[in-house]
Amino acid sequence: MAAAGRKVADPARVFAVTDHIVDTRPGRTDQTLMPGGQAFITETRAATLAAGIRLFDVTDPDQGIVHVISPELGIVLPGATLIAPDSHTCTQGAFGALAWGIGSSEAEHAMATGTLRLKKPGTMRVTFAGVLPAMVTPKDMALALIARHGAGGGAGHAVEFAGEAVRALDMEGRMTLCNMATEFAAMTGMIAPDEKTFAWLAGRRYAPSGPQWEAALAQWRMLASDPDARFDREIGIDAGALAPMVSWGTSPEQSAPIDGCVPPDAPQRVLDYIGLASGVQLKGTAIDAAFIGSCTNSRLSDLRQAASLLQGRRIAQGLKAICVPGSSQVKREAEAEGLDRIFIEAGFEWRESGCSMCFYAGGESFAPGARVVSTTNRNFESRQGPNVKTHIASPATVAASALAGCLADPREIA
Amino acid sequence: MARPFSEVTSLPLPLLRDNVDTDQIIPSREMKSTGKTGLADGLFAGWRYIGTSGREPDPAFVLNDPRYAHSAVILAGRNFGCGSSREHAVWALAEYGFRAVIAESFAPIFAGNCVRNGIVPVVLDAAAIAAIAGSGGPITIRLAEQDVSLADGRRWTFAIDAEAKAMLLDGLDAIDLTLRQAERIAAWQGQDRAARPWIYLEKPA
Repeated sequence: MAAAGRKVADPARVFAVTDHIVDTRPGRTDQTLMPGGQAFITETRAATLAAGIRLFDVTDPDQGIVHVISPELGIVLPGATLIAPDSHTCTQGAFGALAWGIGSSEAEHAMATGTLRLKKPGTMRVTFAGVLPAMVTPKDMALALIARHGAGGGAGHAVEFAGEAVRALDMEGRMTLCNMATEFAAMTGMIAPDEKTFAWLAGRRYAPSGPQWEAALAQWRMLASDPDARFDREIGIDAGALAPMVSWGTSPEQSAPIDGCVPPDAPQRVLDYIGLASGVQLKGTAIDAAFIGSCTNSRLSDLRQAASLLQGRRIAQGLKAICVPGSSQVKREAEAEGLDRIFIEAGFEWRESGCSMCFYAGGESFAPGARVVSTTNRNFESRQGPNVKTHIASPATVAASALAGCLADPREIA
Repeated sequence: MARPFSEVTSLPLPLLRDNVDTDQIIPSREMKSTGKTGLADGLFAGWRYIGTSGREPDPAFVLNDPRYAHSAVILAGRNFGCGSSREHAVWALAEYGFRAVIAESFAPIFAGNCVRNGIVPVVLDAAAIAAIAGSGGPITIRLAEQDVSLADGRRWTFAIDAEAKAMLLDGLDAIDLTLRQAERIAAWQGQDRAARPWIYLEKPA
């Protein structure tokens, strides 16, 4: 932007955060293992200061993963349009905002003009009927949807998640579900705002207050889709019939129930990479490491669920296990409840907040070729380290697997 | 400003896989600076080189096949460019010399990044992609006509959003285009600010 002589149109509506580059090891500084990472942090600091943009810097008490801190601070609001150069920006659609990920050039466009040029997407409603069984989570809802309809299944559409099982989710669970909309190739995912949404946002720093809060509520209560609204596409899923899901391949669409098997028609090159054979049972597959974190599953409710399984138990011997809270605030709240002790006593590392080993953030990876069970969103080749075999799953399934030393069913531990 | 696109004739590089993600197109480890250049060497690094840190070409990967050394078009399957929004994936493709990708479908952020950087995302159905791959010959992509053709006369048309097409044809800068509407944007924001003041945050003290 500087090279083109352009300025940020309205710096008060732009926020910056250190999450992808920052180190998550205890006692961190600006230094990171990522080549060029320190320069990135220093340049971001200088550029945001010069432009008058609020930066949630490395040591800021409100630092964290962008899609965790934006809701925490009340930056995302129902009816807002919110973008970030990160594909998981759709997470924030959980608040009834139109929130989606873009590239760097579009981010530049948004900052320079306060607008984006956008073609109206098609509309799709995914309705989850019924009640989720115990130990089946929003992550499992998302993986089941993507496994059934493909990683490209939402292409060309903005998705509204609806139905009894979605209404029953708390805000954190709704964020997890919307987070995975990008793994479905949807432009975004969103959920109609309701009283739960409003109660969650009330009193947060950047949310309106006083008479403006009342005026906002009146508008927000009109945002939900009409009962007779028509969508270009409709998908229905019975939430009551879902099971904990785990990925077996190198795309989120290559996922199956934890008590299932690698399908008989799995592509050979995927099997060669992941080191499993068709027909093999997923449960019982030995793992080297476990990871709990990322914008998908690093909020307080995620950590509580994992801790409920880990409490008073030890993870399998020799297993590397890491827990990275999604924000510095989540970390403080978890520590106030004693969750950090539960993770540490079970054998987990307890980290500072950031994107961490979801993808080489902070320049860290798992050991080459390691098999990792992870609460993250992508099981792509080498995403978590060279030739690392990633199995994505819910915090409950990751905790159960860490205890067992192999892919395990949380329903059998709880 | 991106390089304008009118047409390209090239033997397409067959990468006939579904869900080629941006972590494969440009691994995180290959993004070493805050700039947009120096990325072509890391393009498809995980598939292109033997081992995890060296630069010895893997002869089994199609990008290293000398027949495709001058390919300017990639031929792929479903959901090309899924995953991370990193625009580095498109910068790496453009720097390497690719001008278009033909696929059954694209991830939306990747397709948007292509248009901003002079790469044409061409959507064709599976049968057309199989026919092109099977022919083993060069193709011509013409943007104004929105068609892809083989030397033997077989031809397929493709759809592209009118604005994306105009931007690619002329290498237009989207920001310049939008700033021409600055007055209308300001007028709309004035109305919106009155209706939803909580959206328009005050500058921090």
